[in-house]
Amino acid sequence: MEQFIDIALLAFMVVVAMAMIRLRSLFAVVMLSGIFSLLSASLFVVLDAVDVAFTEAAVGAGISTVLMLGTLALTFREERPKRRFSPVPLVVVLVTGAALVYGTLDMPHFGDADAPIHHHVAPRYIDDSPNEVGPPNMVTSVLASYRGYDTLGETTVIFTAGISVMVLLSGLWGRRRRTVPKQAVVDTENETESRS
Amino acid sequence: MHSVLRTSTKLLMPPIMLFALYVQFHGDYGPGGGFQAGVIFAVAFILFTLIFGPVRARQVAPRWVTTPLCAAGVLIYAGVGMATMLMGGEYLNYNVLAHDPLHGQHLGIMLVEMGVGLTVWAVMVSIFLAFVDRDEDEDDAPEGQEDGRA
Repeated sequence: MEQFIDIALLAFMVVVAMAMIRLRSLFAVVMLSGIFSLLSASLFVVLDAVDVAFTEAAVGAGISTVLMLGTLALTFREERPKRRFSPVPLVVVLVTGAALVYGTLDMPHFGDADAPIHHHVAPRYIDDSPNEVGPPNMVTSVLASYRGYDTLGETTVIFTAGISVMVLLSGLWGRRRRTVPKQAVVDTENETESRS
Repeated sequence: MHSVLRTSTKLLMPPIMLFALYVQFHGDYGPGGGFQAGVIFAVAFILFTLIFGPVRARQVAPRWVTTPLCAAGVLIYAGVGMATMLMGGEYLNYNVLAHDPLHGQHLGIMLVEMGVGLTVWAVMVSIFLAFVDRDEDEDDAPEGQEDGRA
């Protein structure tokens, strides 16, 4: 049964990805990327990775969609039509895809209990985390306690990202020379209008 | 903006924020934690901004609140590490925070998750408002423009 759900979800994801490539309206593409995130979140739920699914649904389907819509409001709503067919991207994608599929041949089977990843630190977390750390949700003990450094690094990354966006978009710099970018934006808008 | 949207936003915001707090403080027992909670809490503010506009949103979450809180979360996290060092343990070894190692772990994880949640909330709200404020700067009638573009 679970396999059928997996196949259905993955098929939906392929269909959505195809539609995203084909569509020219960027608004529809952003909406479809939100749907794509929601589908992958459901896939994570099927894989019993509820924490990851939670994050994917909140960030992928929620925040990024809204941020992309905000970006759309600043740029254009339609993708420019492509001039001609170029074979290079297709070749790159095919070669990379083939290499990745070839790489999976070496990997242990899905759900294999003998896989190396289940014999490294996972047994320690499963056996000792209730006595060493406490929380019943093992993901929390791993993220916040065993891997505390990593999570501190992640938080710093988020902080840096936020500060960078603020400096780029609305910080002191933007205020000080607001007239210059304003002029530039107006110019580009006029240009595209005359072009189309 | 339409009154149905305004009313439903007002109805939706408290449950969203309450759910965010649940996710924050229930992360030890169920799925969730600081990151997800911060994002969900930010979603409530983003929803408010979408319906009521960035000017009123900046009254709720002014710049002097969101910008320092971005740093405050990281500082809380790193501060817990410093505290554990001062109390004789390694950096981010929560065992020394209380007499009982398990209580120490619990306290440490709670503080650390709080730091993560604060930073994530502040950063998400700041990034979103930075995008929207910029739009505001360029055209003085954002709502009319929005309708025209949509």
